Amino acid sequence: MGLGAVGAAIGEGYTAAQANLAVSRNSDISGDIFKNMLVGQAVAESASIFALVIAILLLFLDVPGVSYLKAAALFGAGICMGFGAIGSGIGSGFPGGQTCTGISRQPAVSSRLTTNMLIGSAVCQTPAIFSMVVALILMFMDFGQAPLQPTWAALVGAGLSTGLAAIGSGYGGGLAAGASCEGVARQPETTGQVTTTMLVGQAVAQTPSIFGLLVSFILLFRSFPESSSLAAAMALLAAGISTGFGGIGPGIGNGMAAEGGVRWVSRNVEKAGELMRIMLVGQAVSQSTAIYAMVVSLVLIFVV
Amino acid sequence: MAIEGADIIKAAAFLGAGLSMGLGAIGPGVGEGMVAAKACEAIGKNPNEAGLLTRTMLVGQAVSESTGIYSLVIALLLLFVV
Repeated sequence: MGLGAVGAAIGEGYTAAQANLAVSRNSDISGDIFKNMLVGQAVAESASIFALVIAILLLFLDVPGVSYLKAAALFGAGICMGFGAIGSGIGSGFPGGQTCTGISRQPAVSSRLTTNMLIGSAVCQTPAIFSMVVALILMFMDFGQAPLQPTWAALVGAGLSTGLAAIGSGYGGGLAAGASCEGVARQPETTGQVTTTMLVGQAVAQTPSIFGLLVSFILLFRSFPESSSLAAAMALLAAGISTGFGGIGPGIGNGMAAEGGVRWVSRNVEKAGELMRIMLVGQAVSQSTAIYAMVVSLVLIFVV
Repeated sequence: MAIEGADIIKAAAFLGAGLSMGLGAIGPGVGEGMVAAKACEAIGKNPNEAGLLTRTMLVGQAVSESTGIYSLVIALLLLFVV
């Protein structure tokens, strides 16, 4: 919850700062800007509301038959949602802020900007939703007969994998959405192409968190044979750490590439095809380290 | 649960492999993203040089990728050799 609140606070702060700048630039339409700021912040807030829900559930959950395994699962759920909300909170702040700036520059297109902002920030929320799904599974799944060793490590690893990987994807998706709101405001006639490029870029930026989700599901639903060795447990924990941390960088990097692509599609729309191609090639290369991290995780789970 | 010397070494090697690849992937991911963003900017400004710019982008990203590959090599060494 604490971690989750950090992201939402930064994201909302960014939106509010941009809104103030926007009001000072064009104070006649301050009502419009204010309304838009609140909508943008509400979306950024939702990530931390997910975190709050999970935290409250964790506090008041009635756990029948206290076991170490259940404790590990609840710990995993908490870190999963906490980390997962950071990126989405910050990321959703970018489109909100850019939309406020955009409305002050081009009040005529404010409805188109708000639509674009909502699409973009909704996509930014998906990594936080992935985290919430994993957190809820961790909280309510029955691990009855599973052996404590090494299942505890799989559960904590599942939380780390989705939670950490969601940071990068949420933040990266936000960069792309922010650039697209800026682009719509500058060149409203390119809206269609800008939104398409944004969605393609965000979809690619989302993949590291999908890798994280995949590894989490494998860790959650595969049953591991009982083993007394420490190495078996550490391999599963390390699998979560590898994909989780490994997803942060590519998620942000893909977002940066998408930001550049979207920004220049709006400025030079005749070359949209060429820009989309270079954006995808650049993202594919940036993605490679996330794939290495996933390969190491899968080796840790299935081979060693 | 009996923990022996060899078991601790194996456990530490696995944990180290995960940390190595996980943390090692952050830098190249962000760095390559920066390269791609600038390449989009440059092609947006000067589309006639798209071929040259794509080549430059890929060379730059390949260099930035190298530390990610070092991390992968270290992780695989920790997994299979130690």
